[in-house]
Amino acid sequence: MSGPAPENTIEVQQLVKAYAGVTAVNGISFTVRRGEVVGFLGPNGAGKSTTMRILTGFLPATSGFVSVCGVPVASRPEDVKRHIGYMPENNPLPEDVRVSEYLAFRGRLKELSGKRLRTRIDTVVELCDLKRIRHRIIGKLSKGMRQRVGIAEAVLAEPDLLIMDEPTIGLDPHQIIMIRDLIIGLRGRMSVIISSHILPEIEATCDRVIIINQGRLVASGSPDDLRHEFLGRANYRVEVAGETELLRGALAALRPGLALDTVDGPDAQGFTTYEVACPDSDDLGEPLVHALAATPGLRLRACARTEASLEHVFLAATRRSWDATLEDKKPGQKT
Amino acid sequence: MRHFLTLFWHEVRMLFLSASTYIAAVVFLGFMGFIFMRILEDYAGTPQDTSPAVAFFGLFFLPVWVMVPLLTMKSLAEERRSGTLETLLTAPVNTAEVVLAKFAASYLLYLLQWLSTLGFVFVLHHFARDSRLLDPGPLIGGYLFIAVSGLLYTAIGTLASALVRSQAVAGIVSFAVIFALTLGVRLIGGLALLQQDNLGGMRETLAAVDVFRHLEDFTRGVVDTRQVVFYFTGTALALILSILGVEAKILRS
Repeated sequence: MSGPAPENTIEVQQLVKAYAGVTAVNGISFTVRRGEVVGFLGPNGAGKSTTMRILTGFLPATSGFVSVCGVPVASRPEDVKRHIGYMPENNPLPEDVRVSEYLAFRGRLKELSGKRLRTRIDTVVELCDLKRIRHRIIGKLSKGMRQRVGIAEAVLAEPDLLIMDEPTIGLDPHQIIMIRDLIIGLRGRMSVIISSHILPEIEATCDRVIIINQGRLVASGSPDDLRHEFLGRANYRVEVAGETELLRGALAALRPGLALDTVDGPDAQGFTTYEVACPDSDDLGEPLVHALAATPGLRLRACARTEASLEHVFLAATRRSWDATLEDKKPGQKT
Repeated sequence: MRHFLTLFWHEVRMLFLSASTYIAAVVFLGFMGFIFMRILEDYAGTPQDTSPAVAFFGLFFLPVWVMVPLLTMKSLAEERRSGTLETLLTAPVNTAEVVLAKFAASYLLYLLQWLSTLGFVFVLHHFARDSRLLDPGPLIGGYLFIAVSGLLYTAIGTLASALVRSQAVAGIVSFAVIFALTLGVRLIGGLALLQQDNLGGMRETLAAVDVFRHLEDFTRGVVDTRQVVFYFTGTALALILSILGVEAKILRS
């Protein structure tokens, strides 16, 4: 813990993890800056949990270099563990102890003691809204409460890096929002890595998304960048009354190559909903409104840009990587 | 080793919260009480040439078969099954601390249960007021033997728990190994096959690890360092294998 804190909380270079015959992680490299919230996406079995376990020092890597807060994980796993708070997949907790006892035990293991331990416990109890269940036995808590206990434990020692594997799995929308707010509240104070299947969650909380598939990194960047990279076009939804041919003409005059698609037939007022797909991601909103409003015989009621959700990006990115790996295997391979 | 005490007290607390500890204690005290009563009846009927303590400790292996598996089977197997081993080992502690704390907590409870049999001795002393029945020599020797041999038995239980995922299997494995170490050695030593001349070395080895012989020596007041070394090295070996076992299991998880 000497010297100034390094700019990058996590540095991963060419990380490989092979189990008996299976390469779970295959040459992943990425960095996470201080205070950044990063979402880790990927289909089941992509290597997310394995990568996280290697970051915590729990699993050794087969090859590659990993450092957390400038400390190499392979040679000094115990020092790395002082910098991290980790909540594993499914959030395992002991069944027979009370919440306060568990937090006190974990705090002592994380080298907090005396007054600082008590104030930290009070702080995380407040932060995770555990006041009412503080003295209850963990085995008797509901899933959402257990999840909050897991998060409270992970942030207990104010780690530089918080790693959470599927923190929102199995929670109801209220609890998901609560956890989202909690993560947003941590932004800037510590670096956070979250893996999740719930893509809107990642989009709402993360500064940056890393998508991995079959042990390889397939995309990395802010949700906007990824949208641009993987979908590369903008869609507009317009509600127009009038002849479809007139609309077609107006669009062709505005810009060639715009595709038109009817979404919903004319409603009671005669307005039809169309989807206009632009082949690139240029902002076409204002010219589109002007063009349609200026065309005689067309009445424009609404025009909005439809954002591709991260889900589309995720599907596009993982599909692309599957194609890539299939092509890799093709020459001379039977499987 | 700075976290050893934190882990140790947590383990002791968890053992006191676990039903199997109380089952072990009830079975143990009930059984030992029964044995003690029968011994006293025998001594009241006909005069014997050994102290009652010698006869009492002579049956030590029966409760050990049940008690040690019940105390140790949960320790590591349950942590691995529920996944809490992962949270434990991602705190700044190492595997050795975790395994040793679990072993030490089981051993402490093992000792506490045996020490509670001092209650029998107290009752006897209170009502019989016969100093011949309470020869302190064999009593101290017997408890010393229990303390030394208990190290090995709880270490074997911890090892079984480190190597398997299910606590029931861990319990059966530790029962089988402790059975082999206590009665098994004596049974094999008595085989006619071993009486052949060329197997003299094997006979001697079996005689050296015969726990009943160790018990006899201890209750007579003879503390043979070879026997103590046997238990200490056996304990160390079992614990080292437990630590390696936990780490090997993580590598393949």
